[in-house]
Amino acid sequence: MSARPKTPRPPKSAAPCKDEDIALAFYRQMVLIRRFEERAARGYAEAKIGGYCHLNLGEEATVVGLMAALQPDDYVYASYRDHGYALARGISPERVMAELYGRTDGVSKGWGGSMHLFDVDARLMGGYGIVGGQVPLATGAALAVAHRGGAEAVLCQMGDGTTNIGAFHESLNLASLWDLPIVFVVSNNGLGMGTTVEGSSAEPDLFKRASAYRMASERVDGNDPVAVHAAALRALTHARSGKPFLLETVTERLKGHSVVDPAGYRTREQKAQLLAGDALSAYAARLTERAILTDDATREIDEAAMAAVDASVRFADASAHPATSTLFDYTYATAVPNDSRRLPGQPLFPAAARPGETMSEKAPA
Amino acid sequence: MTVISYRQALHDALREEMQRDADVLLIGEEIGRFEGSYKITAGMLEEFGPRRVRDTPIAEEGFTGAAIGAAMVGLRPVVEIMTINFSLLAIDQIVNHAAKIYGMFGGQARVPLVIRTPGGGGQQLGATHSQNIELYYAFVPGMKVVAPSTPADAKALMLAAIRDDDPVLVLENLALYNTTGEVPDVVEPAEIGRAAVVRTGSDITVIGYSRMAVIAREAAEVLAREGIDVEVIDLRSLRPLDRVTIVTSVKKTSCAVVLEDDWLTYGIGAEIAATISDGAFDWLDAPVRRVAMAEVPMPYAKSLEMAALPSLADAIGAIRATLDARARRA
Ligand SMILES: Cc1ncc(C[n+]2csc(CCOP(=O)(O)OP(=O)(O)O)c2C)c(N)n1
Ligand SMILES: [Mg+2]
Repeated sequence: MSARPKTPRPPKSAAPCKDEDIALAFYRQMVLIRRFEERAARGYAEAKIGGYCHLNLGEEATVVGLMAALQPDDYVYASYRDHGYALARGISPERVMAELYGRTDGVSKGWGGSMHLFDVDARLMGGYGIVGGQVPLATGAALAVAHRGGAEAVLCQMGDGTTNIGAFHESLNLASLWDLPIVFVVSNNGLGMGTTVEGSSAEPDLFKRASAYRMASERVDGNDPVAVHAAALRALTHARSGKPFLLETVTERLKGHSVVDPAGYRTREQKAQLLAGDALSAYAARLTERAILTDDATREIDEAAMAAVDASVRFADASAHPATSTLFDYTYATAVPNDSRRLPGQPLFPAAARPGETMSEKAPA
Repeated sequence: MTVISYRQALHDALREEMQRDADVLLIGEEIGRFEGSYKITAGMLEEFGPRRVRDTPIAEEGFTGAAIGAAMVGLRPVVEIMTINFSLLAIDQIVNHAAKIYGMFGGQARVPLVIRTPGGGGQQLGATHSQNIELYYAFVPGMKVVAPSTPADAKALMLAAIRDDDPVLVLENLALYNTTGEVPDVVEPAEIGRAAVVRTGSDITVIGYSRMAVIAREAAEVLAREGIDVEVIDLRSLRPLDRVTIVTSVKKTSCAVVLEDDWLTYGIGAEIAATISDGAFDWLDAPVRRVAMAEVPMPYAKSLEMAALPSLADAIGAIRATLDARARRA
C-alpha cells in the first residue's frame, strides 16, 4: 500500500521550524475544521448530506495535535466522528465534502458517508459507525506492523463512551500482551450521546484503565493543540518501541451528539458556558497575546478556510451521484462465480420455458 | 492418491500455505501449545514459531477483529474459532467489519481473512455447543462460506480460502474430522462458489452440504440397491450459491430433497427450495422436501439428541416419500 497524503500536513517538531510557525499551522487547521464542520451542519439542513453526521466542533485542538504527531506511514483508525481527522491528515476538503454528499469523488466513493471516511494514501484506515468497531481492527493493523518488523505506528481514536465496550478491553489486553506499536486515544468529550462519563464509567479517570493491562497511559488537556501534540509524540515514541499506550485527551463537544441532536440534556447556562470557554477562541487569544497572531492574520486565516470550504461544497455539488449500474461493484474484491447480482424484484431465473419448449434466455449468474 | 482423514487434509492445507506464504499466520485459542481443540494445528507451533502461530486469550471479538485489521494491511490470517457457537461473540467483527470493509470504503481495502470453525452436533454437548448457524454468515453479502464434506474438498477449499482476497468462513464439522477419503497428491485450490454433482442419477436430486452431503451419498447407495437412481449435489459453497447446478439437475430429475443440519425454518434448505421453485417450477413433479434438525435447543440426553438430528433413515424416508408423491401424480 502506498502511503503519501496528497496535501502536506503541518510541520512536525522534528522539522527545522519555529514554535510560532507550528502554533500558527495548528491554528490554521483548527479554523479549517471549524468552518468545515459548520458548513457540514448547513449542508445537512439543506438535505445535501444525509444519514448520521457527527462533528468535531470543540474538539479541533485534539484532532490537530494528534494528527500532527504522526508520520506519513502511520495508520489511523477513527470513530464515526471523523471529518476533522481526515482533514488534518491532509485529505482535501473537496473529497471529504464529496463523501458527505455521497458522490463518486468522495474519499470512499460515496459508499461510506460521514461516518466511514477512508483514504488509503493517507493511511486513514476508516471511520467506523459501530462504537468500538475500530479498536480490534487497529490492534490487528499494529499486529501486522509488528509481524513484519515495520517502523510504523497505529493511532486508534475513540470516544470516552467506547471504553465500556468489551472489544476495548480485549484489544488493550492483546496489544499489551503482544507488545504492539499502537496508541489508543480516548477523545474524552465528557459525553456518550447524552450519558456522562461518570454516569457510564465506574472508573471515570479513563486513562487509568490502562493499568489493568500494564499499559502506560497519560491524560492531557485536549483543548491545547501544543500539549496534545507533545503528548502524542511521547505516546508514539513509546509505541514504536513496542509498547502500546493509552492517551486520554480531555475536551468538549460544543454542539449535540450529531447535527440533529439539540442537546436538550444541557441547560441554557451550560451551553453558554461551553461557547464562552471554546478552545478555538481560547487558543486564538493565547496566540494573540504572544503576538503570534495578528488581527490581519486572523482575518486572512478565516477567509482562506472559508474559501477552501466553499470550494469543497462546489466540488461536492458538481461531483456525480454513483450510477445504479455500479451497485454490485464492491461486494467482493475479486470476481466471484455465482455472485447474486439482482435488483429487488428480479427473479432468480428468467421466466422459464416449460419442459420441452426451447428458451433463448440464459439464467443470470 | 492417498487416503487421509478430513482432519489431516485441513492440517496439510494449512501447513502447505504456511510454508508457501510468509504472510499467512494462524490466530486462535489453544492452537499452539495445546495444538488446537481438535488438533488441526498439531505441530504448527513447533514448526512455525509463536509469531506465526498465535495463541490468544479467550477473546473472540478481540482476536477476530485483530485478524481482520491485520488482513486490511496485507497479512493473510487464518483464525480458528473453537466451534461455530463461539463465533457469536465475534459476530460484530465478522458481519459489521470483515464483510463490510471492502464495499463500505469503496473498494480501497481488502480483507483476505479465513475463519475456520467446526459446526456439528451429535456429541451430547448440549444446547450452546451443538448449533449449526452457518446461515448467519451465508446470509451476508461480502462473506463467503464454504462447507467441505470430504477430505479432498477440505483441502482444496481451504487452499482456495487462504488465497482468496475476501473473507471466507470455512465450515468444518466435528462429525467429519475422523472420516477418511482419497486426496490427490497435488491438490489445486477449488473455485469457491461451485457445487459438485458427486453422483449422477436420473430419478431424484438430493442436495446436501457438510455432514449432510455425506448422508446424501450414503442414502444414494442404499437406494441404488433397490434400483432407485439418485443424483447427489454437494453444495460445497453456501455463499456464493451455485443455483445453476441445482436447477439443471432438477430439470433432469423433476424432484428434489434437501438435507441440512441446521434448523428447518428459514434455513439453507428454504433457500434451495426457493431456487428450485423459481428456476424449475414447471419441471417439478413433487413438492421439494427438506430434512433438517428439529427446531429445539439441542438436548443433552442421547435419546433426544438422536431424535433431533437428521439421520440417514430420515433422508431415505424423505426421498421415498417424494418419489411416492410423484408416482401418485403421474
Ligand atoms: C455498538 C453500538 N452501540 C450503540 C451505538 C449508538 N451510538 C452511536 S455514538 C454513541 C455514543 C458514543 O460515545 P463516545 O464513545 O463518547 O463517542 P463520541 O460520540 O462522544 O465521540 C452511541 C451509543 C453504536 N453506533 N454502536
Ligand atoms: Mg464522548
